[in-house]
Amino acid sequence: MLYRNHILISSHTADAAAIKERFERELAARKLSGAVKVISSPDLIDDSEETLVVVYPEGTFYRGVKADDVPHIVEEHLIKGRFVKELLRCEYDDSTVPSLDRLDFFRKQQRLVLRRCGSIDPEDINDYIRTDGYQALAKVLTAMTPAEVIAEVKKAGLRGRGGAGFLTGLKWEFCAREPEKVKYLICNADEGDPGAFMDRSLLEGDPHSIIEGMTIAAYAIGASQGYIYIRAEYPLAVRRLKNAIAQAEEYGLLGENIFGSGFSFKLLIKEGAGAFVCGEETALMASIEGNRGMPRPRPPFPAQKGLWGKPTNINNVETYSNVPLILLKGADFYSSIGTEKSKGTKVFALAGRIKNTGLVEVPMGITLREIIEDIGGGVQDNRKFKAVQIGGPSGGCLPRSHLDLPVDYDSLSQAGAIMGSGGLVVMDETTCIVDVAKFFLKFTTAESCGKCVPCREGTTRMLEILEAITRGQATLHDLEVLERLARVCKNTALCGLGQTAPNPVLSTLRYFREEYEEHILQHKCRAGVCSDLIQYQIVAERCVGCQACVRVCPTGAIRGEKKAPHKIEVLDCIKCGACMEKCRFDAIIRS
Amino acid sequence: MKAVEKTAVLTSGTVPKESLEILQKYKGGKGALIPALQELQANFGYLPEPVLEEVAKHLNLPLSKVYGVATFYAQFHLSPRGLYVIRLCTGTACHVRGSGAIMQKIRSELGLKPGETTADGRFTLEPVACLGACGQAPVMMVNDDTHGRLTPEMALSVLESYK
Repeated sequence: MLYRNHILISSHTADAAAIKERFERELAARKLSGAVKVISSPDLIDDSEETLVVVYPEGTFYRGVKADDVPHIVEEHLIKGRFVKELLRCEYDDSTVPSLDRLDFFRKQQRLVLRRCGSIDPEDINDYIRTDGYQALAKVLTAMTPAEVIAEVKKAGLRGRGGAGFLTGLKWEFCAREPEKVKYLICNADEGDPGAFMDRSLLEGDPHSIIEGMTIAAYAIGASQGYIYIRAEYPLAVRRLKNAIAQAEEYGLLGENIFGSGFSFKLLIKEGAGAFVCGEETALMASIEGNRGMPRPRPPFPAQKGLWGKPTNINNVETYSNVPLILLKGADFYSSIGTEKSKGTKVFALAGRIKNTGLVEVPMGITLREIIEDIGGGVQDNRKFKAVQIGGPSGGCLPRSHLDLPVDYDSLSQAGAIMGSGGLVVMDETTCIVDVAKFFLKFTTAESCGKCVPCREGTTRMLEILEAITRGQATLHDLEVLERLARVCKNTALCGLGQTAPNPVLSTLRYFREEYEEHILQHKCRAGVCSDLIQYQIVAERCVGCQACVRVCPTGAIRGEKKAPHKIEVLDCIKCGACMEKCRFDAIIRS
Repeated sequence: MKAVEKTAVLTSGTVPKESLEILQKYKGGKGALIPALQELQANFGYLPEPVLEEVAKHLNLPLSKVYGVATFYAQFHLSPRGLYVIRLCTGTACHVRGSGAIMQKIRSELGLKPGETTADGRFTLEPVACLGACGQAPVMMVNDDTHGRLTPEMALSVLESYK
């Protein structure tokens, strides 16, 4: 059915369901149910506390919508065709449409992969088809040979979006070349990087694009069976994917003899069981086979001997999502976006101490400053920018001096970070760099599978040294050992997890060495995070003896008579900072 | 059946009939071990020893392998868990936005260490690496409900609503 308008409700507040229901009721009362479709979607702007309503095709957006505003929007906008000015909440003049593109958050973005997220109903295949969905697949299956498909993807210059950035077309070619009859295709949807959520949003917001991309890839390499290995922590994504697969099968876009071409492809979902290392391709295959998810040495590469010993191609979610676009619009269009060696766009998950958080899609080659300041709106609460962590536990921390670095595979790896899957966490002056390195090492130490010594022992030893530094018990010699351990682990570990685990340490040592030295030599944590190095004190002149701090102290460490200055017993204090937060007279200081 | 009631069923040491029915489906299937364990755990709330023994028998695998897989993945639990599982995100974005203070508050309020269950079987505290909701950091999940933008006090009042 064709709809005149689509209404998108974007919110994570409790009101969203009520607003949706109200829209449906109001539309039914005016006999508009068949002409206007109401969709709820993942958040467009994650940071928004308020409900956002977007009316398509205009793209007009209303902010802070309450259920009681709904009749007004229906009456004014949908029936009379006028904007509801008081809900626009942005500067607006009569000559232009107040659309989403006018928000700073969207202006510098180039949403190609995410173009459908938030503007279609992800549970309805018709919405996908109406927006050019499955057209690329039709073209590929009816008019192109597998070799032509591979040539097109190679020409487009698409590189893997999961981390290392290997050329996708080349990977396909390796697998296609193998003479084996049975081959497998896998989608790596085991998005485990803390601070990354782009795959989740794609799986939830546009599941068919992944299915279409995978089917095209399967045709190119000659696979008839595919798996999507997805985190069990993403229940909504699993549900939407299952629903999308069932719909595609029903429409004959998946399964036997697709488009009458004689090509058949079956797709199965495998839910992960919670192991970060399964994001590594050989570990992932071991997990699908029902084993402990441990990596094995390469070669042989999966393209030669992969799942069940057969040639296998693995790409991640975002990579497959790019594929239909390339085949539909052509390699020339695709390669016109981005830089010389990094083509297309990249989706980043913007998070941390930044004003606008959420998913952003930008052309490769954009600078970090543009992402953080123009799109992200800068650091929260007017604090000072300190560092940005790119690529999760395998990536690195880059300082202010690198803000003008272009974001592409090669520039990032030269600077000691990696593109990774695209987590971008912004940190301000209240973040301790040593604590951040310790945080990542804690993660990789816990997630190391234990198979190879450099990773199993190396990460543990590095973590011990970092813990000693944050307790003020380390020496400068420890810093040298830390650096050496990091190098050895990077150069000798078996798989990607161990080879990249030292990156947070190495990059922070490279750019923030003085902060490590401050911890060691002066026993000082300038961010006030490392609790062993700080002390809370009460300034007697400012303390009025209101006893607010006494009531909030969990260990009873604060003593003193009412209306007289109080004192903190150093030995009882656990340095939680609750008293300082509570004090209305700024009488408690941290030193 | 609620997790707490299930626990009572399983302490008798016998293998419940349901588990045998579930296992029939997976017999002889390729790569069946993990999905079988997932379904069994969804049914019982955890993986009791007698059930693991049945899995080994039905799938024709050594018990050591079944145990190896069940202990490798974070998702599987060999002891009973609380009625409500608190999954507090300790990922990068949540860490930077103060999940540490929330962890401390919950630990002192419930008297729990990470991974432990309260004596009344109500809450299990389970820190997780990332829930993929970084825009709403700090985040925690109580069973399937996600709660975002928390402060230590808000986290406690959220837990209060599950009592």
